[in-house]
Amino acid sequence: MSTVTWITARGLFGRSRFLMLLPLPLILVGLAVLCRALGVDPGQWGPPVLVGLGLAVVLPVVALIVGTGVLGAEIDDGTVVHILTKPLPRWQIVLPKLAVAAGVSAVTVGVPIYVAGVLADSVRLGLALVAASAAGALAYSALFLALSLVTRRPVLLGLVYVLIWEGLLGRFVTGTRVLSIQQWVIALADRMAPTPLLGTTVSVPVAAVLTGLVAVGFTVLAIDRLRSFSVAGETS
Amino acid sequence: MTALRTEPAAGVPAATTSTLDLAGVSRWYGNVVAVNDVTMRLGPGVTGLLGPNGAGKTTLLHMMAGFLAPSRGSVTLDGEPTWRNPGVYRRLGLVSEREAVHTFLSAYEFVLASAKLHRLPDPEAATRRAIELVEMESAQDRKIGTYSKGMRQRTRVAAALVHDPQVLLLDEPFNGMDPRQRLHMMALLHRLGDTGRTILFSSHILEEVEQVSGTVQVMVAGRLAASGDYRTIRRLMTNRPHVFAVRSTDDRALAVALMAETSVSGVELGRTGLTVKAGDYGAFTRALPRIALRHGIRVRQLLPEDESLESVFSYLVEA
Repeated sequence: MSTVTWITARGLFGRSRFLMLLPLPLILVGLAVLCRALGVDPGQWGPPVLVGLGLAVVLPVVALIVGTGVLGAEIDDGTVVHILTKPLPRWQIVLPKLAVAAGVSAVTVGVPIYVAGVLADSVRLGLALVAASAAGALAYSALFLALSLVTRRPVLLGLVYVLIWEGLLGRFVTGTRVLSIQQWVIALADRMAPTPLLGTTVSVPVAAVLTGLVAVGFTVLAIDRLRSFSVAGETS
Repeated sequence: MTALRTEPAAGVPAATTSTLDLAGVSRWYGNVVAVNDVTMRLGPGVTGLLGPNGAGKTTLLHMMAGFLAPSRGSVTLDGEPTWRNPGVYRRLGLVSEREAVHTFLSAYEFVLASAKLHRLPDPEAATRRAIELVEMESAQDRKIGTYSKGMRQRTRVAAALVHDPQVLLLDEPFNGMDPRQRLHMMALLHRLGDTGRTILFSSHILEEVEQVSGTVQVMVAGRLAASGDYRTIRRLMTNRPHVFAVRSTDDRALAVALMAETSVSGVELGRTGLTVKAGDYGAFTRALPRIALRHGIRVRQLLPEDESLESVFSYLVEA
């Protein structure tokens, strides 16, 4: 494990905001177990729990907390200076942080979404949701990590994207779904395990290409912004 | 440029020297000019960056450390720009003013992480050496979150020194330290300077600068107001009369004699001696023994009274 990865992971798990990751996955699993135990038809509870909660809320919110935390929290408290005063090419800082963010998000979301997928339909759907969520976690993490270098309010902007763009506009203005990570994840999962529980208007090739483009594009942006990282202008 | 090697001092190995150059550096934020056309060259030894709050010291340090792009001009370390050039951190260490440390790590883990990030051949040995240098061995395994402000500061200094940089920049390094820790830090900076390292520390506490360094860079309102040894700077302020305390065997007679001397602009006769104001430092100090000898007066004491850094600083700020 690289030193940057180690410090990032220690920092992430050592901060209280990490505890914020736990409730949402627990609610997801709890709802799925409850619906299954009560014998509710999966066609009834599957879409709202898997998509409405799992892919539309748990995945982006977990990725937002982790993605803005791996670098944004260090920028906020100033500890980022310790890593930046080292003779490291900036990609050697961004890539380990992105790997930690995407990995932690994928695992945190993957476990409950797998359980929910299995309870709703099959192991195949569970695995498809895990794989698609992992791809989504990577794209979200790259986006939110880059946001923490572009703006001083990455969490606010991230929430605007998730809630307004994906949540509100995505529901009523179908054209916006083409630029929605959530819809790409649904399209990819539906391709791996076709099921009436998942539905999207975005094609699989578009979803796959755009997921890759967002992951790579925002990573490159983050590396470039970190090269020009300025310490906030104190003039004391 | 890298050429000279100097003799080692106790506990600190000799270093290859480096030079930090600022050429016509300005930095502005919108309409506010934080640093205005500063040119300076920092070589081996300890230099104090002095100025009142808001003078632009931190902005200047951030530009030196590659954390801020100059709006105009250039900042180079041995000819290489510091901005967007992480390679300079092989030779440069920074201790920023903000108390930012990974509180979930111990001092040993924190400094070791720095050593590993520098890809040092033996990071454990470098870590032990750096921790020893700041005298943190006894607390090195405790979490930094449990440290006092001074201990955190020393830990950050150890992390900045772990790769044995030729240039060390410290922003208000004595903040939060108790007197014993201050003395220790001052001695450490002296040792580092004596071994050929370029040390620049900022402070707005005059006594700190006076005790650590004779060489100062004085910032006032974003401009470099003066540069060099502060005693020399004082002597160059010819528009300010120099003040001397003089005691002799016959103060009254000496006062009368001194008033005839052209370099003397005023004499005050007090209970403990004379306070003499002289326009020309050299002319007065040469004339005094001659006058005393001529009048058969023995001079018992001659003390320049406004050659302290405080006097120099207040003159510069008022100017």
